[in-house]
Amino acid sequence: MQARVRALETILTEKGLVDPQALDRIVDAFERKIGPRNGARIVARAWSDSAFRARLLADATEAANSMGFSSPVGAHLIAVENTPETHNLVVCTLCSCYPWEVLGLPPVWYKSAPYRSRAVIEPRAVLAEFGVALPPDTRIRVWDSTAETRFLVIPMRPPGTQGWSEERLAALVTRDSMIGTGLAKRP
Amino acid sequence: MNSIHDMGGMHGFGPVEPETEEPVFHAPWEGRVMALYRAVGFLQLWSIDGARAMIESLSPETYLSASYYAKWLMGLERNLERTGMVGADELEAGRSLRPPKEHARPMTVADVASLKRGDFERPATVPARFKPADRVRTLNLNPMTHTRLPRYARDKQGVIEAVRGHHVFPDTAAIGAGESPQWLYTVVFSGRELWGAKADPTLSVSIEAFEPYLTPA
Repeated sequence: MQARVRALETILTEKGLVDPQALDRIVDAFERKIGPRNGARIVARAWSDSAFRARLLADATEAANSMGFSSPVGAHLIAVENTPETHNLVVCTLCSCYPWEVLGLPPVWYKSAPYRSRAVIEPRAVLAEFGVALPPDTRIRVWDSTAETRFLVIPMRPPGTQGWSEERLAALVTRDSMIGTGLAKRP
Repeated sequence: MNSIHDMGGMHGFGPVEPETEEPVFHAPWEGRVMALYRAVGFLQLWSIDGARAMIESLSPETYLSASYYAKWLMGLERNLERTGMVGADELEAGRSLRPPKEHARPMTVADVASLKRGDFERPATVPARFKPADRVRTLNLNPMTHTRLPRYARDKQGVIEAVRGHHVFPDTAAIGAGESPQWLYTVVFSGRELWGAKADPTLSVSIEAFEPYLTPA
Protein backbone atom coordinates (compact mmCIF):
# COMPACT_ATOMS: atom_id res chain seq x y z
CA MET A 1 0.00 0.00 0.00
CA GLN A 2 2.84 2.34 0.88
CA ALA A 3 4.36 1.98 -2.61
CA ARG A 4 1.01 2.59 -4.25
CA VAL A 5 0.46 5.78 -2.25
CA ARG A 6 3.98 6.97 -3.01
CA ALA A 7 3.36 6.36 -6.71
CA LEU A 8 0.19 8.45 -6.70
CA GLU A 9 1.86 11.25 -4.76
CA THR A 10 4.77 11.23 -7.22
CA ILE A 11 2.47 11.45 -10.24
CA LEU A 12 0.38 14.26 -8.76
CA THR A 13 3.49 16.16 -7.67
CA GLU A 14 5.13 15.82 -11.10
CA LYS A 15 1.95 17.13 -12.70
CA GLY A 16 1.85 20.10 -10.31
CA LEU A 17 -1.51 19.04 -8.87
CA VAL A 18 -0.27 18.78 -5.30
CA ASP A 19 2.53 20.37 -3.31
CA PRO A 20 4.28 17.82 -1.02
CA GLN A 21 4.99 20.54 1.54
CA ALA A 22 1.28 21.27 1.80
CA LEU A 23 0.69 17.53 2.31
CA ASP A 24 3.26 17.53 5.14
CA ARG A 25 1.47 20.45 6.73
CA ILE A 26 -1.94 18.74 6.56
CA VAL A 27 -0.60 15.56 8.18
CA ASP A 28 1.10 17.62 10.86
CA ALA A 29 -2.10 19.58 11.59
CA PHE A 30 -4.07 16.39 12.18
CA GLU A 31 -1.31 14.75 14.19
CA ARG A 32 -0.57 17.71 16.45
CA LYS A 33 -3.12 20.52 16.34
CA ILE A 34 -6.60 19.32 15.47
CA GLY A 35 -7.98 16.82 17.92
CA PRO A 36 -10.42 16.17 20.74
CA ARG A 37 -8.67 18.65 23.04
CA ASN A 38 -10.41 21.37 21.01
CA GLY A 39 -13.82 19.79 21.59
CA ALA A 40 -13.00 19.31 25.28
CA ARG A 41 -12.20 23.00 25.68
CA ILE A 42 -15.54 23.89 24.09
CA VAL A 43 -17.43 21.55 26.44
CA ALA A 44 -15.57 22.81 29.51
CA ARG A 45 -16.45 26.38 28.64
CA ALA A 46 -20.10 25.44 28.09
CA TRP A 47 -20.13 23.83 31.55
CA SER A 48 -18.61 26.94 33.15
CA ASP A 49 -20.28 29.76 31.28
CA SER A 50 -24.05 29.66 30.72
CA ALA A 51 -23.96 32.46 28.14
CA PHE A 52 -21.40 30.49 26.12
CA ARG A 53 -23.50 27.34 26.49
CA ALA A 54 -26.50 29.18 25.03
CA ARG A 55 -24.37 30.45 22.14
CA LEU A 56 -23.02 26.96 21.51
CA LEU A 57 -26.50 25.45 21.37
CA ALA A 58 -27.70 28.25 19.08
CA ASP A 59 -24.76 28.20 16.63
CA ALA A 60 -21.91 25.86 17.45
CA THR A 61 -19.77 26.95 14.49
CA GLU A 62 -19.82 30.56 15.67
CA ALA A 63 -19.24 29.60 19.31
CA ALA A 64 -16.38 27.23 18.43
CA ASN A 65 -14.69 29.88 16.29
CA SER A 66 -14.85 32.35 19.18
CA MET A 67 -12.43 30.03 21.04
CA GLY A 68 -9.61 31.06 18.72
CA PHE A 69 -8.36 27.62 17.65
CA SER A 70 -5.46 27.64 15.21
CA SER A 71 -7.64 25.98 12.60
CA PRO A 72 -11.08 27.40 11.77
CA VAL A 73 -14.28 25.43 12.25
CA GLY A 74 -16.45 25.16 9.16
CA ALA A 75 -20.15 25.57 8.71
CA HIS A 76 -22.94 23.68 10.40
CA LEU A 77 -21.47 22.31 13.56
CA ILE A 78 -24.40 21.46 15.84
CA ALA A 79 -24.02 20.90 19.58
CA VAL A 80 -26.46 18.55 21.32
CA GLU A 81 -26.65 18.35 25.07
CA ASN A 82 -26.96 15.27 27.26
CA THR A 83 -29.34 15.58 30.22
CA PRO A 84 -30.58 13.18 32.89
CA GLU A 85 -33.55 12.51 30.57
CA THR A 86 -31.84 12.20 27.18
CA HIS A 87 -28.55 10.72 26.00
CA ASN A 88 -27.31 11.63 22.53
CA LEU A 89 -25.22 9.36 20.32
CA VAL A 90 -23.71 10.28 16.95
CA VAL A 91 -23.11 7.93 14.02
CA CYS A 92 -22.71 8.06 10.25
CA THR A 93 -24.34 4.90 8.90
CA LEU A 94 -23.49 5.75 5.27
CA CYS A 95 -19.81 6.67 5.56
CA SER A 96 -17.75 8.39 8.27
CA CYS A 97 -19.06 11.95 8.75
CA TYR A 98 -17.53 13.30 11.95
CA PRO A 99 -16.74 16.76 13.36
CA TRP A 100 -13.04 16.66 12.42
CA GLU A 101 -12.33 20.22 13.35
CA VAL A 102 -13.27 19.77 16.99
CA LEU A 103 -12.57 16.04 17.53
CA GLY A 104 -9.81 15.31 15.01
CA LEU A 105 -10.00 12.34 12.66
CA PRO A 106 -12.48 9.62 13.62
CA PRO A 107 -11.25 6.46 15.36
CA VAL A 108 -11.32 3.20 13.43
CA TRP A 109 -14.32 1.87 15.37
CA TYR A 110 -16.44 4.89 14.40
CA LYS A 111 -15.88 4.04 10.72
CA SER A 112 -16.35 0.29 11.23
CA ALA A 113 -19.27 -1.87 10.10
CA PRO A 114 -20.21 -2.98 13.64
CA TYR A 115 -20.69 0.58 14.89
CA ARG A 116 -22.35 1.93 11.75
CA SER A 117 -24.78 -0.99 11.52
CA ARG A 118 -25.73 -1.26 15.19
CA ALA A 119 -25.77 2.27 16.62
CA VAL A 120 -29.18 3.02 15.09
CA ILE A 121 -30.88 -0.27 16.02
CA GLU A 122 -29.35 -1.34 19.34
CA PRO A 123 -27.53 1.62 20.85
CA ARG A 124 -27.76 0.27 24.39
CA ALA A 125 -25.88 -2.88 23.36
CA VAL A 126 -23.25 -0.72 21.66
CA LEU A 127 -22.96 1.50 24.73
CA ALA A 128 -22.50 -1.60 26.90
CA GLU A 129 -19.44 -2.50 24.79
CA PHE A 130 -18.02 0.89 25.77
CA GLY A 131 -18.83 0.18 29.42
CA VAL A 132 -21.70 2.65 29.50
CA ALA A 133 -24.94 1.55 31.19
CA LEU A 134 -27.70 4.16 31.17
CA PRO A 135 -30.77 4.02 33.40
CA PRO A 136 -33.50 2.02 31.60
CA ASP A 137 -35.80 5.02 31.29
CA THR A 138 -33.19 7.40 29.83
CA ARG A 139 -34.24 8.32 26.32
CA ILE A 140 -31.62 7.63 23.68
CA ARG A 141 -31.42 9.90 20.67
CA VAL A 142 -29.21 8.74 17.82
CA TRP A 143 -28.09 11.32 15.27
CA ASP A 144 -27.30 9.81 11.87
CA SER A 145 -24.99 12.29 10.10
CA THR A 146 -26.46 11.97 6.62
CA ALA A 147 -25.70 15.52 5.39
CA GLU A 148 -23.00 18.18 5.83
CA THR A 149 -24.16 19.02 9.32
CA ARG A 150 -21.81 17.73 12.06
CA PHE A 151 -22.69 16.91 15.64
CA LEU A 152 -20.83 17.46 18.90
CA VAL A 153 -22.29 15.93 22.06
CA ILE A 154 -22.03 18.00 25.24
CA PRO A 155 -21.76 15.36 27.97
CA MET A 156 -23.22 15.94 31.43
CA ARG A 157 -20.91 17.70 33.86
CA PRO A 158 -19.75 15.25 36.51
CA PRO A 159 -20.74 15.92 40.11
CA GLY A 160 -18.12 17.19 42.52
CA THR A 161 -16.58 19.68 40.08
CA GLN A 162 -18.04 22.93 41.41
CA GLY A 163 -15.66 25.82 41.09
CA TRP A 164 -13.23 23.96 38.84
CA SER A 165 -11.34 25.92 36.21
CA GLU A 166 -12.09 25.30 32.54
CA GLU A 167 -8.68 23.70 32.20
CA ARG A 168 -9.35 21.14 34.94
CA LEU A 169 -12.82 20.46 33.57
CA ALA A 170 -11.51 19.93 30.03
CA ALA A 171 -9.34 17.08 31.30
CA LEU A 172 -12.53 15.19 32.22
CA VAL A 173 -14.00 15.46 28.71
CA THR A 174 -13.08 12.40 26.67
CA ARG A 175 -13.41 12.08 22.92
CA ASP A 176 -15.97 9.31 23.32
CA SER A 177 -18.07 11.46 25.64
CA MET A 178 -18.39 13.97 22.78
CA ILE A 179 -19.55 11.22 20.37
CA GLY A 180 -21.95 9.82 22.95
CA THR A 181 -20.24 6.44 23.41
CA GLY A 182 -18.82 7.56 26.73
CA LEU A 183 -19.51 9.78 29.72
CA ALA A 184 -17.28 12.50 31.09
CA LYS A 185 -14.74 11.19 33.59
CA ARG A 186 -15.48 11.47 37.29
CA PRO A 187 -13.03 13.55 39.28
CA MET B 1 -27.40 3.15 -4.59
CA ASN B 2 -28.38 0.19 -2.42
CA SER B 3 -24.83 -0.96 -1.85
CA ILE B 4 -22.89 -2.30 1.11
CA HIS B 5 -22.02 1.15 2.48
CA ASP B 6 -25.63 1.63 3.66
CA MET B 7 -25.20 -0.33 6.88
CA GLY B 8 -27.75 1.05 9.35
CA GLY B 9 -29.65 -1.80 11.01
CA MET B 10 -27.67 -4.67 9.49
CA HIS B 11 -26.78 -7.65 11.67
CA GLY B 12 -23.77 -9.90 11.82
CA PHE B 13 -20.77 -7.58 11.93
CA GLY B 14 -19.91 -8.47 15.52
CA PRO B 15 -18.96 -6.25 18.46
CA VAL B 16 -17.58 -2.74 18.30
CA GLU B 17 -13.91 -2.94 19.19
CA PRO B 18 -12.47 0.30 20.53
CA GLU B 19 -8.69 0.48 20.46
CA THR B 20 -6.83 1.88 23.45
CA GLU B 21 -4.25 4.59 22.75
CA GLU B 22 -5.26 4.67 19.09
CA PRO B 23 -2.77 6.60 16.93
CA VAL B 24 -4.05 9.25 14.51
CA PHE B 25 -2.62 7.16 11.67
CA HIS B 26 -1.69 3.48 11.84
CA ALA B 27 0.98 3.85 9.16
CA PRO B 28 2.58 6.89 7.50
CA TRP B 29 0.85 6.12 4.18
CA GLU B 30 -2.56 6.66 5.80
CA GLY B 31 -1.64 10.25 6.58
CA ARG B 32 -0.41 10.78 3.03
CA VAL B 33 -3.72 9.46 1.64
CA MET B 34 -5.72 11.75 3.91
CA ALA B 35 -3.58 14.72 2.86
CA LEU B 36 -3.76 13.80 -0.84
CA TYR B 37 -7.52 13.54 -0.54
CA ARG B 38 -7.76 17.03 0.86
CA ALA B 39 -5.21 18.54 -1.50
CA VAL B 40 -6.89 16.99 -4.55
CA GLY B 41 -10.26 18.10 -3.16
CA PHE B 42 -8.91 21.66 -3.25
CA LEU B 43 -8.74 21.40 -7.07
CA GLN B 44 -12.52 20.91 -7.15
CA LEU B 45 -12.40 18.27 -9.86
CA TRP B 46 -15.45 16.59 -8.32
CA SER B 47 -17.75 17.19 -5.37
CA ILE B 48 -17.51 15.65 -1.89
CA ASP B 49 -20.53 13.58 -2.93
CA GLY B 50 -18.71 12.45 -6.06
CA ALA B 51 -15.89 11.24 -3.81
CA ARG B 52 -18.32 9.32 -1.59
CA ALA B 53 -20.14 7.85 -4.58
CA MET B 54 -16.89 6.44 -5.94
CA ILE B 55 -16.12 4.66 -2.66
CA GLU B 56 -19.69 3.32 -2.58
CA SER B 57 -19.17 1.87 -6.05
CA LEU B 58 -16.35 -0.40 -4.84
CA SER B 59 -17.41 -4.06 -4.80
CA PRO B 60 -18.91 -5.27 -1.52
CA GLU B 61 -15.94 -7.63 -1.07
CA THR B 62 -13.49 -4.77 -1.43
CA TYR B 63 -15.58 -2.39 0.67
CA LEU B 64 -15.68 -4.81 3.60
CA SER B 65 -12.11 -6.06 3.41
CA ALA B 66 -10.10 -2.92 2.60
CA SER B 67 -9.08 -0.56 5.38
CA TYR B 68 -10.58 2.91 5.51
CA TYR B 69 -7.71 4.83 3.95
CA ALA B 70 -7.17 2.07 1.38
CA LYS B 71 -10.74 2.73 0.22
CA TRP B 72 -9.99 6.44 0.08
CA LEU B 73 -6.96 5.73 -2.08
CA MET B 74 -8.95 3.53 -4.45
CA GLY B 75 -11.69 6.14 -4.69
CA LEU B 76 -9.11 8.84 -5.37
CA GLU B 77 -7.34 6.81 -8.08
CA ARG B 78 -10.63 5.98 -9.78
CA ASN B 79 -11.88 9.56 -9.77
CA LEU B 80 -8.53 10.82 -11.09
CA GLU B 81 -8.72 8.28 -13.89
CA ARG B 82 -12.39 9.03 -14.61
CA THR B 83 -11.66 12.75 -14.95
CA GLY B 84 -8.62 12.10 -17.14
CA MET B 85 -6.21 13.73 -14.68
CA VAL B 86 -4.13 10.56 -14.27
CA GLY B 87 -3.91 7.60 -16.65
CA ALA B 88 -3.94 3.90 -15.75
CA ASP B 89 -0.54 3.67 -17.43
CA GLU B 90 0.78 6.38 -15.11
CA LEU B 91 -0.53 4.60 -12.01
CA GLU B 92 1.16 1.47 -13.32
CA ALA B 93 4.44 3.29 -14.02
CA GLY B 94 4.38 5.26 -10.76
CA ARG B 95 5.27 8.49 -12.52
CA SER B 96 3.76 11.11 -14.78
CA LEU B 97 3.99 10.19 -18.48
CA ARG B 98 2.43 13.31 -19.98
CA PRO B 99 1.78 16.95 -19.17
CA PRO B 100 -1.16 17.67 -16.87
CA LYS B 101 -4.61 18.56 -18.08
CA GLU B 102 -5.67 22.09 -17.28
CA HIS B 103 -6.42 22.46 -13.59
CA ALA B 104 -6.94 24.95 -10.78
CA ARG B 105 -3.93 26.07 -8.76
CA PRO B 106 -2.77 23.49 -6.21
CA MET B 107 -3.13 23.91 -2.47
CA THR B 108 -0.10 25.61 -0.91
CA VAL B 109 1.32 25.56 2.61
CA ALA B 110 -0.32 28.95 3.17
CA ASP B 111 -3.72 27.52 2.24
CA VAL B 112 -3.46 24.77 4.84
CA ALA B 113 -3.50 27.16 7.80
CA SER B 114 -6.84 28.62 6.81
CA LEU B 115 -8.27 25.42 5.44
CA LYS B 116 -11.74 24.62 6.64
CA ARG B 117 -14.62 22.46 5.63
CA GLY B 118 -16.62 23.59 2.67
CA ASP B 119 -19.89 25.38 3.30
CA PHE B 120 -22.66 23.56 1.50
CA GLU B 121 -25.44 26.01 2.29
CA ARG B 122 -26.76 28.02 -0.67
CA PRO B 123 -29.14 30.99 -0.82
CA ALA B 124 -32.77 29.91 -0.69
CA THR B 125 -34.66 30.24 -3.93
CA VAL B 126 -37.98 28.85 -2.68
CA PRO B 127 -39.58 28.80 0.79
CA ALA B 128 -39.15 25.68 2.91
CA ARG B 129 -42.05 23.28 2.46
CA PHE B 130 -41.95 22.03 6.07
CA LYS B 131 -41.57 23.57 9.50
CA PRO B 132 -40.69 22.13 12.92
CA ALA B 133 -43.31 19.72 14.33
CA ASP B 134 -44.67 18.87 10.86
CA ARG B 135 -45.29 15.17 10.35
CA VAL B 136 -43.64 13.79 7.25
CA ARG B 137 -43.10 10.47 5.53
CA THR B 138 -39.88 9.61 3.75
CA LEU B 139 -40.28 8.38 0.20
CA ASN B 140 -39.45 4.87 -0.90
CA LEU B 141 -36.59 5.88 -3.17
CA ASN B 142 -34.10 3.38 -4.59
CA PRO B 143 -31.90 5.27 -7.04
CA MET B 144 -29.09 3.40 -8.81
CA THR B 145 -26.94 6.46 -8.07
CA HIS B 146 -25.75 8.20 -4.88
CA THR B 147 -28.29 9.19 -2.24
CA ARG B 148 -28.14 10.18 1.43
CA LEU B 149 -31.48 8.64 2.39
CA PRO B 150 -30.49 5.42 4.21
CA ARG B 151 -32.51 2.30 3.47
CA TYR B 152 -33.64 1.87 7.06
CA ALA B 153 -35.31 5.29 6.97
CA ARG B 154 -37.26 4.93 3.71
CA ASP B 155 -41.06 4.97 3.72
CA LYS B 156 -41.11 5.86 7.44
CA GLN B 157 -43.13 8.44 9.30
CA GLY B 158 -41.26 11.04 11.29
CA VAL B 159 -41.39 14.57 12.60
CA ILE B 160 -39.47 17.63 11.45
CA GLU B 161 -37.33 18.80 14.36
CA ALA B 162 -35.27 21.52 12.72
CA VAL B 163 -34.83 23.31 9.42
CA ARG B 164 -31.09 23.39 8.67
CA GLY B 165 -31.03 25.67 5.65
CA HIS B 166 -30.88 25.27 1.90
CA HIS B 167 -28.00 22.96 0.95
CA VAL B 168 -26.28 21.37 -2.04
CA PHE B 169 -28.24 18.23 -2.97
CA PRO B 170 -25.88 15.22 -2.86
CA ASP B 171 -28.04 13.12 -5.17
CA THR B 172 -27.40 15.46 -8.11
CA ALA B 173 -23.99 16.82 -7.10
CA ALA B 174 -22.56 13.29 -6.96
CA ILE B 175 -23.36 12.58 -10.61
CA GLY B 176 -22.28 15.93 -11.99
CA ALA B 177 -25.90 17.05 -12.44
CA GLY B 178 -25.43 20.30 -10.55
CA GLU B 179 -25.79 21.46 -6.97
CA SER B 180 -29.59 21.76 -7.25
CA PRO B 181 -29.81 23.07 -3.64
CA GLN B 182 -32.66 21.80 -1.47
CA TRP B 183 -34.01 22.49 2.00
CA LEU B 184 -32.46 20.26 4.63
CA TYR B 185 -34.27 19.10 7.77
CA THR B 186 -33.56 17.06 10.87
CA VAL B 187 -36.30 14.40 10.85
CA VAL B 188 -36.86 12.25 13.96
CA PHE B 189 -38.31 8.75 13.91
CA SER B 190 -39.29 6.58 16.85
CA GLY B 191 -37.35 3.37 17.27
CA ARG B 192 -40.61 1.47 16.82
CA GLU B 193 -41.39 3.18 13.52
CA LEU B 194 -38.00 2.09 12.20
CA TRP B 195 -37.58 -1.31 13.83
CA GLY B 196 -41.02 -2.55 14.83
CA ALA B 197 -42.91 -3.28 18.02
CA LYS B 198 -39.99 -4.96 19.77
CA ALA B 199 -37.70 -1.97 19.39
CA ASP B 200 -36.28 -0.19 22.45
CA PRO B 201 -39.13 2.14 23.52
CA THR B 202 -36.62 4.77 24.68
CA LEU B 203 -34.98 5.02 21.25
CA SER B 204 -35.43 7.73 18.65
CA VAL B 205 -33.22 8.23 15.59
CA SER B 206 -32.84 11.29 13.40
CA ILE B 207 -31.51 11.69 9.91
CA GLU B 208 -30.67 14.86 8.03
CA ALA B 209 -33.16 14.71 5.16
CA PHE B 210 -33.30 16.78 1.99
CA GLU B 211 -36.74 17.99 0.95
CA PRO B 212 -37.02 15.72 -2.12
CA TYR B 213 -36.86 12.74 0.27
CA LEU B 214 -40.03 13.87 2.10
CA THR B 215 -43.78 14.08 1.66
CA PRO B 216 -46.39 15.36 4.15
CA ALA B 217 -47.73 12.56 6.37
